[in-house]
Amino acid sequence: MKRLIGTAAAALLLTSVAACGSSDDAAAGSSSDGPRETTLTVYAAASLKSSFTEIGAAFEKANPGVSVTFSFAGSADLVAQIQQGAPADVFASADTANMDKATADDLVEGTPADFATNTLEIATPPDNPADVDSLDDLADPDVTVVVCAAEVPCGAAAAGVEKAAGLDIRPVSEEQSVTDVLGKVISGEADAGLVYVTDVRGAGDKVAGVPIPESADVVNTYPIAALAGSRNPDVAKAFTAYVTGPEGRSILTAAGFGAP
Amino acid sequence: MTLRLTATVAERDVDVSLDVEDGRTVALLGPNGSGKSTVLSVVAGILRPDAGRATLAGTTLFDVAAGTWVPPHERGTGLLAQDPLLFPHLDALDNVAFGPRSAGARRGAARETARTWLGRVDAAELAGRRPSELSGGQAQRVAIARALAADPRLLLLDEPMAALDITVVPAMRQVLRTVLRGRSAVIVTHDVLDALLLADHVVVMEAGRVVEQGPTKDVLARPRSTFGAGIAGLNLARGTTDGGGVRTAGGLLVAGIHDDETVPDGVAAVAVFSPGAVGVHRERPGGSPRNVFAATVRELEPRGSQVRIRTDEVAADVTAPVVAELDLAPGTEVFLAVKASEVAIYRA
Amino acid sequence: MVSARASGLPRWVLVPAAAGALFIVLPLVALASRVQWGSFWSLITSDSSREALLLSLRTSAAATVLCVLLGVPMALVLARTSFRGQGLLRSLVLLPLVLPPVVGGIALLYTFGRKGLLGETIDVLGLQIAFSTTAVVIAQTFVSLPFLVVSLEGTLRTAGQRYETVAATLGARPTTVLRRVTLPLVLPGLAAGAVLSFARALGEFGATITFAGSLEGVTRTLPLEIYLQRESNPDAAVALSLVLVVVAVLVIGLVRGTRGVSA
Repeated sequence: MKRLIGTAAAALLLTSVAACGSSDDAAAGSSSDGPRETTLTVYAAASLKSSFTEIGAAFEKANPGVSVTFSFAGSADLVAQIQQGAPADVFASADTANMDKATADDLVEGTPADFATNTLEIATPPDNPADVDSLDDLADPDVTVVVCAAEVPCGAAAAGVEKAAGLDIRPVSEEQSVTDVLGKVISGEADAGLVYVTDVRGAGDKVAGVPIPESADVVNTYPIAALAGSRNPDVAKAFTAYVTGPEGRSILTAAGFGAP
Repeated sequence: MTLRLTATVAERDVDVSLDVEDGRTVALLGPNGSGKSTVLSVVAGILRPDAGRATLAGTTLFDVAAGTWVPPHERGTGLLAQDPLLFPHLDALDNVAFGPRSAGARRGAARETARTWLGRVDAAELAGRRPSELSGGQAQRVAIARALAADPRLLLLDEPMAALDITVVPAMRQVLRTVLRGRSAVIVTHDVLDALLLADHVVVMEAGRVVEQGPTKDVLARPRSTFGAGIAGLNLARGTTDGGGVRTAGGLLVAGIHDDETVPDGVAAVAVFSPGAVGVHRERPGGSPRNVFAATVRELEPRGSQVRIRTDEVAADVTAPVVAELDLAPGTEVFLAVKASEVAIYRA
Repeated sequence: MVSARASGLPRWVLVPAAAGALFIVLPLVALASRVQWGSFWSLITSDSSREALLLSLRTSAAATVLCVLLGVPMALVLARTSFRGQGLLRSLVLLPLVLPPVVGGIALLYTFGRKGLLGETIDVLGLQIAFSTTAVVIAQTFVSLPFLVVSLEGTLRTAGQRYETVAATLGARPTTVLRRVTLPLVLPGLAAGAVLSFARALGEFGATITFAGSLEGVTRTLPLEIYLQRESNPDAAVALSLVLVVVAVLVIGLVRGTRGVSA
């Protein structure tokens, strides 16, 4: 009964929505016009945005006829979308936990490959108003600190660093994503934030970085995998190989990522 | 409290000068759009005139040239409109107590005053009712009590009976007669009976100007304006008082409601009633009307949607279908009926 | 049963109308169907959920009070006066209604933030707004104030000024008129506006996360908690979402109730 109602409702909704315009079929139709136009959809963690954009451009140049489009978001969001049947060919996660979710649901083709690592660093406003120069300073109650919430990968990493250093940091805010942390630091609302090394590098002169030795113990590993539902499995595999290969590595290293 | 007013409201093309002597009631007559309500709004302080000044009992209400403007709540000018506008969230008693409360009276004292005034307009039993539970006539009684409880120095009435059911108008007129006695007031009205029964003085306005004014009787007897002439279309039965009515030279006895004092028999008087209040019948009507006159139709005169039936002494206004139904034509024998309550008897 | 013929509507209108209704109702049904009823109670009463719900109720109530204090005078000025630039002012007041909340959050940040327009003044007063519960209330007030102003201005205009004029001729000073006539008359509209503001404040997300941050018990309101729980515990997110849906339904019922009384 429930199923019947569901089917009927879906039919009614879809006919109305379809009347509104775009659908997947239209996109698929244009890509099947000729073998030279292949579109690869890559779901990648938000922290990969600048480096993957660069890698995508290089990959397109190396593979004429292939165009790469990206969807950048939090890894958990991306997994949830893939679980709901999002049309992705490749998934690059910021942590192994989220990739494990995809693997567990048989959404991944083959075995995920680790392609980069990332560690935390303290970001401060360029003038560093609270004179932060070590992780210990973040425990000072007069320093306004923001971190990621423990529920998201960067927050889990922050909690790990904190534990490793035996510190009790009292943040004024536990943000949803590393970009939110960075935003609070850039706007000067916070004196310091715990973000990835690559975020400090990517923000240029808008923030100053304070390296923390303690972070060496807490390393985030980034896995990548072609997805089982891909329409272009060969191109998807070629892309993952490109990322883990020398071209991808050099771009990632330049962005501050470590080797896996 | 004497009112002296001169005012110009350019936007509505109103330019008037008006005096109300202490303790007198002035009826402001005139066709729709002649500026009567505008004058009241200016006096009440709801509308700012472009020029002019007004004083009430020697104190200035406004003086455009001097830049003086007393806000409505400090004028002491009570305003009673067509719509009673009782505050819907207060019961009748608290509506009437609103004025005394605003003047600083304590709740208990204000309610005492309110009770007194409700009694004076025969509405004491309505004290606990909400406005939504009152009929039009009841609501207007309460509104009169409310206006008076605020102890206004000048009462402004803007067609206070125009929205009322025709059956309650005579009773309301009696209430107003009682409460207006000895009070300075201006009453805007379409109905000349109001002027006759309630006012000492008549001011006729047309197109924003005063075209005629004077004691009520004079204006009625010798109308000089178009509107005054319309008033002259009223049925006036002149004669002498006889019992409860007026006996005309032609022998017609017209029963009606007397002016305030009890009039001895044999005094010159005039019975006034509107042609609209006269019913036309082919058979002698039974029932309540105390005045039934046998007459012969002399003339039929179309007046808009109405037809005026003229007989030797009395005129009646009826609708065209009624003319057809009764088959009225010059020479038709008819009976004319008018309720005594619709007839005002006035000392001539 | 809908009687299309009696209403004079063409019958085919019912089809898209039904699709539209389904479009709104179906996601709610889908949400409810995903709730893990076995663990529902424990999920919505966990420490973090309770903290978030209580914080949401507290801040929304405070924001509603602020909305009434600021919104009633604004609605009165808009409805009862006329001055140059009034139309422009009205449009500006309505802006938060159509502005993406995140934009509101950024704007608030540059106003009340440390480096903001009023940042130094606030600093001198010894106040700290950023990352505090006050910031949450400010963000909620910012987005929900227009609801109260719009709702009340409409009611004031509909009510008209006739009763106020009568009150003045009865000798009531403007403050007395406002207190004893105007406000009692528009009370149903004011209540409806306040309830709508409360609902909007309860649902506020974008401006809060941008301006106030997210810390359990301080700034992490229910919508922020839901968004965060989604990362690690989708069941909790679904359960809390249902709680917000129920609150929203109650609010709509309340508004309909107050409107019904005034009608």
